[in-house]
Order: sequence, then structure tokens, then C-alpha cells
Amino acid sequence: MLLDEPLIFERGSPGRTGWRPPPAPDGAPDGAVEELPAALRREDALAGLPEVSELEVLRHFVRLSQWNYSAATTFYPLGSCTMKYNPVVNEEIARLPGFAGLHPLVPEAFAQGALELLAGLEAALAAISGLDAVCLQPAAGAQGELLGMQVIRAHHVAQGNPRRRVLIPASAHGTNPASAALCGYEVVEVPVSARGLLEAAAVATVADESVAALMITNPNTLGLFEEEIEAVAATVHARGGLVYMDGANMNALMGIAKPGDMGVDVMQFNLHKTFSTPHGGGGPGAGPIAVRAVLADYLPVPRLARRDGRLAWLEEAPRSVGRVRSFYGNFAILVRAFAYIARLGGPGLEEVTRLAVLNANYLRARLAGVYHLAYDTPSLHECVFSDRLLQEHDVHTLDVAKRLLDYGFYAPTIYFPLVVKGALMIEPTETETKETLDEFVAALRAIAEEARTDPARVRNAPHRTRLARLDETRAARRPVLRWRPSVR
Amino acid sequence: MSGYAPHTAADVAAMLGAIGVDSVDALFAQVPTSLRARARLELPPGLTEPELRQRMAALAARNGGPGAPVAFLGAGAYPHVVPALVDQILMRSEFATAYTPYQPEVSQGTLQAVFEFQTFVATLLGLDVANASMYDGASATAEAVLMARRMLPGRRVVWMARALHPQYRAVVATYVRSLGDVELREIPVAADGRTDVAAVTDRIGSDALCVVLGYPNVFGVIDDVAAAAACARAAGALTITVSTEPLALALVRSPGALGADIAVAEGQSFGLPVSYGGPGVGLFATRDRHVRNMPGRIVGETVDAQGRRGFVLTLATREQHIRRERATSNICTNQGLCALAVTAYLSLLGRNGLRELAEVNYRTAHAVAARLEAAGVPRRWRAPFFNEFVVRAPDAAARWEAIAGERGVIAGFPLGRWYPELPDALLVCATEVHGPEQIDRLVGALACGGRRRRAAEG
Repeated sequence: MLLDEPLIFERGSPGRTGWRPPPAPDGAPDGAVEELPAALRREDALAGLPEVSELEVLRHFVRLSQWNYSAATTFYPLGSCTMKYNPVVNEEIARLPGFAGLHPLVPEAFAQGALELLAGLEAALAAISGLDAVCLQPAAGAQGELLGMQVIRAHHVAQGNPRRRVLIPASAHGTNPASAALCGYEVVEVPVSARGLLEAAAVATVADESVAALMITNPNTLGLFEEEIEAVAATVHARGGLVYMDGANMNALMGIAKPGDMGVDVMQFNLHKTFSTPHGGGGPGAGPIAVRAVLADYLPVPRLARRDGRLAWLEEAPRSVGRVRSFYGNFAILVRAFAYIARLGGPGLEEVTRLAVLNANYLRARLAGVYHLAYDTPSLHECVFSDRLLQEHDVHTLDVAKRLLDYGFYAPTIYFPLVVKGALMIEPTETETKETLDEFVAALRAIAEEARTDPARVRNAPHRTRLARLDETRAARRPVLRWRPSVR
Repeated sequence: MSGYAPHTAADVAAMLGAIGVDSVDALFAQVPTSLRARARLELPPGLTEPELRQRMAALAARNGGPGAPVAFLGAGAYPHVVPALVDQILMRSEFATAYTPYQPEVSQGTLQAVFEFQTFVATLLGLDVANASMYDGASATAEAVLMARRMLPGRRVVWMARALHPQYRAVVATYVRSLGDVELREIPVAADGRTDVAAVTDRIGSDALCVVLGYPNVFGVIDDVAAAAACARAAGALTITVSTEPLALALVRSPGALGADIAVAEGQSFGLPVSYGGPGVGLFATRDRHVRNMPGRIVGETVDAQGRRGFVLTLATREQHIRRERATSNICTNQGLCALAVTAYLSLLGRNGLRELAEVNYRTAHAVAARLEAAGVPRRWRAPFFNEFVVRAPDAAARWEAIAGERGVIAGFPLGRWYPELPDALLVCATEVHGPEQIDRLVGALACGGRRRRAAEG
């Protein structure tokens, strides 16, 4: 059974302390804090913070954890998120004191192991992307996108004109238009073909000298490889534009095609997807970018460089776009990704892609006909179905997603991509067994059957979870965004 | 092969049969052969798990180990004890391997923890409402400036304190550059190490968007937020405070109480190791009336179909997956697991432990400052500080790296690297991790230079 658990603020008793710090060293005067002028002192004595024991805290969070589905507890086929197994050995490695306890401002002589690791990761990502220079600084894919677009803008400014517009296919991630807009660009949506693909001809009709870049996801959010990518890139390049690739779906490409060969100029990786770092309930991730040599001068500072036989950070780079975060990036995440790449090696990463695509195509084949396949075009690492075949029973994508939870599966990504009405976007990843996929297929088939025989059961799902459907409208209309003491 | 992928030969054959193709290669037929021909990865073969552990341990050992120098370094990343319990909770796979809680019925653990996180952050920063976290303190600062711009679209001058962490100022510059018309102006440092708001008061006019200052500032000094806020308010601009070391807020008046409209912080101090600078977690809070301009994910309380309390992601109409290019921010993920660390840490220490820890930090740093002063290494400024302070030590600043090797102590951070006007300054941070023997080593290393200088002057 799943036990109830109040907010931590609703537990405890005044005067209780869960953890006490070591004392100040001898010679530190007791009354020192009273020297602080009264006008500077905390006004509320931290009223509202909990007063709980260590065991109360442990029990609180262990209970909360049990209310979560996760990749470790259930199959988590969340499309576009690559919820693969997160190797536990990497957790141990990231916690080595030489990594976890290393202050970012120690003299470089005392950080050579960390710098070697970062240089190794830069080189590996360059090899995988087929591009020339890598910056590990971005904290997430969306920040990588923002940085990538800043680099593109800097390039155009150096040519004398920042340009005005960014082309984005209708099948793009929502972060793409938001990132382009944050860089001051006007977004022009390019329609996709009846096959779900971006055609060079469609790009040619809108690509002119005002276009700074095309942002493309490949494989796209339908899981389809953009077959005309080389021609699309050439079309954009011919008018002086650059090609940005969202690398969220690199799990489909390792050993199959390198973005640099496709004509891509800038891309971001999502290390928490392709390279197995834990998603953490929504971060921390890491979104390094890779660029062509001609753009390397614009990358953020500091840059890693070899100097007098050792690695060092170079702070000076006159054409750099600056920084997107403090220090050097989410180092502990970069450690895990480096360990993953080292463990699998080139052949292992190529195998990852082959098996991820095998798993996705297996699901697609077994579910076709039971659910409506949005596009018949062959797909790679994920597949997108819709609720079209269930609509006559007034059962919709959201209902299917909720009912899946009853069967012990997390839901696919739903209602995305926007080009498919009622989308169910399924990405199994390579680390799932055939048996798990078969069980998932059986569940989805059973739900389709229930939609015919007992649609209310599907519409009212979930039934077996700790809570039933939550009232999201109420949450937005009357926002309660924190606990307050008066509520107690 | 690593063994992370589970396929047997029989599995592969059966799956290919179900798909109706005769090889895995056939699944990639839509990829042009021109690309496939060049796609081999030029990477070494994989390692076994023992080989991997050995290789990574060797890399980690090159950074430190038992003989590594003791670092009195803060400057944006603070060494604190991480209680065993915090990491134990982060290791729970149910938290670590979930994603953004799109399905709230099976994500209540993450959602309730984030709701608690928002409560902690809002309480500590003295404001009404907080988001579910940002990437780090620096990008949170940049997002705060962008938020100010959404609230005051007609204004274009951002007044940033020179005493705000220079990397944070650099990130703000990157984020606002593409807005085109935003201008960054600097508020100088006063003679006592505080931000000299008075020096620019008559220039902060109706074009001012916001005033941004560190609290404590990059020199560890407890800056005068009330004065800055009064000045900003008089001009109709917003006040943004930035706390790289939010543990200080357990002792000093909260940003909200001093008039901040938006307060941000780097949360690394609360339960996260320094990890060579990341991941940390950006804390972001503001007043209720500004909530719809706030960036990032937000969790709200609601009820389920049977009236039981539960939590959901809410106010999503501000976000990129709904509004695309009209979103308040391009942020998709936050720093979920780091926010959990902060939540567990602040729960565990609670009201009493946090206050006590802040006092230990204050007293330790002040004791170290007093000993240095007695040894002829004076503080640069007299303004109040928390657990970090600036000393004048020209020899040690010049021989910083050599001293680390010779005496086994990294004696603060040579500020001349960030502030050319401070070539003789070291920024020294002392917290609860620094014991008596280590403090002796610091004092010994710095006093040596102090003695030499006095002898030369005498």
C-alpha cells in the first residue's frame, strides 16, 4: 500500500533539530553574530521552516519517492525523452571525492583529471557529431539551443547583418521557436509534407537572405529521418543561412549518420537522453553544443586548451558570445556521460542506435492497426500513433495515457508533436527487453478493446494509482503555489 | 558490448520477423547511403565495468585525494558538509530516474517535493512565490532581468553592481544582447566594499529597467539592498537581488523584507557538492502579483477527482510547449534532482539547524579574519560580511598557485583575475568544513607574506 504523507511543514515539533553542524573552531567568539547591526539581521527567525528529526525526514522522502513512477520502476516510453537505463555505476563515479569535492576555482594544476575528462568528452562529442568544436557549458538542451542560436547570430553580425528570420518546421520541439525568439528572431513555420518530412522545395520558397538559420530536428519529432536534409541544408547555405540541428534524437543516429556530414553547422546534444544521465524528475541535464570550425571563435568562454603540456582554461576570446552559466557546465552530469561513452565505446554506441531503432520498429509493427499510425513513412527510434480509431467510442489520447498507468506503464508523450492530432509518441529505447515490449503491446491492445467494451473505464482512468485524475483547471484558476503557516 | 542492451540473437530474429524485414540494417533504408558510408564512430572500444571504475578513479585522483591542498575558496561555489541523508535521498531511483512530472497521478513524489521546494525558497528569500528551479544562479539572474523586461517593456537600462559576481554579469549580457536595445550600466564599488548606489542615484532615471546587486556581493560583503531598492523604486524600476551564498540569508534580513521585487540565488550551498562548478540550482522568487511573468515550471496544489489533496504542474500557458515563440522563457527542464537536494537539506536542518550552521559560518570566517589581521594580513574593506572576505596580500596573490603546491593550501581566490583594480586582493571563504589545523595552515601561508612585507617596509 502507499502511505499518506503530509507536507514536511506539517510535521515536527518546535525545538526539534534534524541535523546540527560541527561547532565553530576554538577562538571563534560566541557573541560574534551579535556584532551584525540589528537592521541587517533576519526579520522572522526563519519562522515556517520545519523542525523535524532525521528519521522523520528520511521517512518523508522515502514515502514520497514511492509515489513516483520512474525509469527504474516501470517502462517509461516517453517519446523524445530517451528514458533509457541510467547505469548505476555512473552514480558511484560522479561521487568520487576527486570529482564531487573539486572546487571550480582551484589552480588548474590541481584539476588536470577533470580537465582531461572534459577534453575527452569534447573530443567524443565532436567525433559523434562530425563537427569540429564543442562547448560543454549549457545546462540543458534548451540552453544549448539558445547558445547555438547566439553563435549563429554572432556569425551573421560579423558578416555585417544579424538577419531577421529563423525557419522552423511544424514538427519541431516547442523549445526551438522559444529559443529563436529569445535570440530576437522572427519564427517562420515551414509546413511538412504529407509524408511528415521537410522538403527542400518547401524550404526554397521561404529561404532568402533574411533567413539567419533553419532549426531542424533530425530524426524529426515523428521519428522520421529527414531524407532531404542534405538538399535542405544546401538550400539554406546557398542564401548565406546556417543550419541548426536539435540533437535530442541522437539515439537514432550513432553510427548511422553524422550531423556534420548532413550539412548541419550547429547542434546541441542532450546528454540526459542519448548518453544516459538520469533525468532527475526534470534535470539536471546537460546540453553541450558542437559547431563547425568557422563558428568556433564564437563559443563561450572559458575554452579548454592545451598549453605547455597541460590543460588550461582560456578566458580571453574576443569574438565569444560570452557565457551562458557560471563556471564550466554541469560537471557531475558530464562525468556520467563521459563514463557512459567510455563504457560503451564506438561499437557499443553504434549498437545502441541499432537496437533502439529495432525496438521502436517492433512496437510500431505490433501496434499498427490497433492504433492509427499517423504517418506511414518508415521511422527510426520512436513512432507516433493517434487516437483516431478510438474516437467513435469517445475515448481519447489522454484516456489511453491514464489507463496505461493502471497497467504499470508510464504514458508516452501525448498531444505532441502538434502536427498529429491526439498524438501518442512512443520511444522505447534500446535497454528494454522484448518481453517488456510485448507486455506493453498487450496493455495497449487491452485498452483499445476496453474502449469498445467499457469506454467509461478508460475515460475515468487511472483507477489503481494513489490519486485519481487531478483537477488542473482548479490549480490554474486559484493558484496555491506554496504552503503558508496559517494553513496549519 | 556493455550488456546494457538486453537483446539475444533469438530476440532480434523474432523482432525482425514481426517487422517483416530481414536485417537491422534494413530499418535504416531511408538514410541516404552518402551519409551512412561515412558514419562510423572514431571512438575506442568499450570498457568493462572494472576497467571503467579504474580509469575514472585514476582521473579523479589526479584532481586531489589525501595530498590535495585545502581550499579556502568560495566565489560562487561553497564548500559545505553534505549530510549523509541528503545523498541517500538523491540515490532513490524513483526520484533520480523519473522525468518532468507530466502524469501527475504517478509523479506525486516529485510534485510534492517541488511544492515544498517552492515553499522553502519563497520563505528564505522573503517573498511570496517561487518557481520549481532554474539551471543555476547565473542563468536565474539573467531570467530575472528578462522577466523585468516583460513587466516594464518600455524601459531599457539594466543597472548592475560591479560587485555582482562577474560570471553572473557575463551571463546577463549574453541573455539580453539579442533583445537589441537593452543597455547594461555599472554601479561602482564604494570605499567600504559595498555597492555605491549613491554614486549613480541621479542617473537612474525613467529609462531604468532594474537594479541588480549581490547579497552578499562577490566580495562577501552584505550589501545595502534597502538603499538600492529605494533608489530603484523612486525611478519606477525593479530591484533584483542575487545570492551566490544563500546560507547568509539565515542570518541577514531577507531580500523581500528589504524591498526586492525578484530575488534569485544559487542553491548549491544547500546539500550539493561543489562538483567543479555544477550542477547547482537556481532559486527564483517574486511577489504574488508578478507570478504570471515568472519563468520556469511551477507546481500548484489541487485536488483529485475524489477531493484528495494533490499537486500538478500549473500556469503552463506561460510555457514554451504551449506558447512556443511567445513563451516567457525557453526553459523546458529545471534542475529537479538538485531542487530535491535543497528540499531534503533544508528539511533536515530546518529552522534551528540552518540558523546554527549560518552562525558557525559567520563565527568561523570572522575568527579567521581576525587571526589574519593579527598576523599582518588586513581586510580590504570594513563593511559587514558573512563567510567570505577580501584581504590584502600582494605576495600571496602573486604566488597563489605556487603557495598551493608548497604549503598545501589554496589561500582564497586572487581577485585580480576578475578585478584588475584589485591585484593584491585574495577572496577568502571559511565555512564549517574548515577545521583548526587547516585554518592554521592558511594563516601560516598568508602571514609569511605579511611578515616579509613588513620586514621589507621596516
